[in-house]
Amino acid sequence: MNTMGLLVFDGLLLFSIVGLAWASLATTDVRRGVILFMAFGLLLAVAWGRLLAPDVALAEAAIGAGLSGALLLAAVHRQPRPLSPGATHDSLYRSAAAVSMVVRWVVTLLSAALAGTLAWGLLHAFSSTPQDMLPRAIAENLAASGVSNPVTAVLLNFRAYDTLLELAVLLTSVLGIFSLGPATPGYQPAGPIFDGLVRWLVPVLILMAGYLLWVGAHAPGGAFQAGATLAAAGVVLRLAGRARIGLPEGFALRIVMTAGVSVFLLVGLTLLLLGRPFLGYPPAWAGALILLIETAAMLSIAATLLLAFLGGQPESTGVKAAANRQREEISRC
Amino acid sequence: MINILSSILILAGVFFYLAGSIGLLRLPDLYSRLHALTKADNLGLGLLMAGLALHSQDLFTMLKLLLIWLAVLAASATSAHLIARQARRQETGS
Amino acid sequence: MLTTQILYALTGCMIVALGLRGALLHASVLQRIVAINVMGAGVFMLLIAVAYRGPGLPPDPVPHALVLTGIVVAVSATALALALVRRLHAEQEDD
Repeated sequence: MNTMGLLVFDGLLLFSIVGLAWASLATTDVRRGVILFMAFGLLLAVAWGRLLAPDVALAEAAIGAGLSGALLLAAVHRQPRPLSPGATHDSLYRSAAAVSMVVRWVVTLLSAALAGTLAWGLLHAFSSTPQDMLPRAIAENLAASGVSNPVTAVLLNFRAYDTLLELAVLLTSVLGIFSLGPATPGYQPAGPIFDGLVRWLVPVLILMAGYLLWVGAHAPGGAFQAGATLAAAGVVLRLAGRARIGLPEGFALRIVMTAGVSVFLLVGLTLLLLGRPFLGYPPAWAGALILLIETAAMLSIAATLLLAFLGGQPESTGVKAAANRQREEISRC
Repeated sequence: MINILSSILILAGVFFYLAGSIGLLRLPDLYSRLHALTKADNLGLGLLMAGLALHSQDLFTMLKLLLIWLAVLAASATSAHLIARQARRQETGS
Repeated sequence: MLTTQILYALTGCMIVALGLRGALLHASVLQRIVAINVMGAGVFMLLIAVAYRGPGLPPDPVPHALVLTGIVVAVSATALALALVRRLHAEQEDD
């Protein structure tokens, strides 16, 4: 009876997820597609919870549905409108008629063939019992890894090199965004209701980020979820039209952006100099080192995601600029 | 006994969610749809949280669920206000 | 070979196919970016379905770590793609 209920739940959830993906990609209205994609991301987070992946569910809800959705919605809003219904001055917009029915059918069949091949390969792999070599090795070495959450142990101890490279990828993408132009113009200052929400929401988000960072050692959480929550606090401040959104300026901003990669590298190289393998923490120090690296990574990830939402290097928020803005705000009331 | 009560509360919550969705699909214009959706969804969430709190029987979890409900209440009310204000501005052409 | 695993893995394959079709055929650049994200979500579903071991047992943490990394990299790639689109639109408006 219990398994029957779970099967019904799984069926409904998967049907909704596939339906939302289809609807998001079948519509011609881009804004509608983006909003359906956000709903798709949230249901995906439920699916991760169902498959006993709470860390991934937290990250998907914060980053996949929340931040991705905010980025895409802001981009839809900025899109230039076509001058007339037929003509588009946007060469990135292929006219639908240019892609003939034959090409559509061929691509559909090829995608279906890809899905079929993947499915066949997976079913083949599933038919043999899982080797469980890696999970057993992780379970044996978990006590010496410095944390008790296996996902955190894998991310920051057993496969710390991958996480270092991932932080470098984040940094590279932000540098690419910087090189493409200045930040988007900000939003107008919020009315009293939104401002009131922001006043208590942002401190709660910052507190939650600190909690997620700390609890990642022994429960679902960690640097990525904490960084995403901090970035969300910054995004909310930006949407409320505030001038200061928590990002440092100038040289301090560069320090914070590179903090994740540099602390990681420093720890690894110091350990190398001490005669241990690169990023091979001594078991007595592993917990403290992981917390240090995670803190730097959280700040770095938060700054990177917030800068990605800004879309470029933020405008100066020096004393003079702030004074001008304040004068404008007072004259507007 | 507790299980029956919590199941009733959860079912009531689901009923309110259903009512809100029907309102979203059937009501004529944006404002009435926002009104129905926000009110029904908030009440549905409250009943759902109450049922879950009864089911968990742990004070800490009950407090956490209450806080979640309050946070969602504030956030959904604010976002409904923002949507309605933007729609009003587009209507009056300001 | 659990029923749940098969169900979620097949759905993951379906979502990958949907995303790929959308990425190749859609007219608007933004919807192509959304389609690539959908494709990524399908791949994540495949990985996490492979990691699932059963209702009471702890799942395999390595695919979870891979998916966590993948989510963050996907959002940063999306942000870079959107910045590129913004710059391309700005260049076109100049001529």
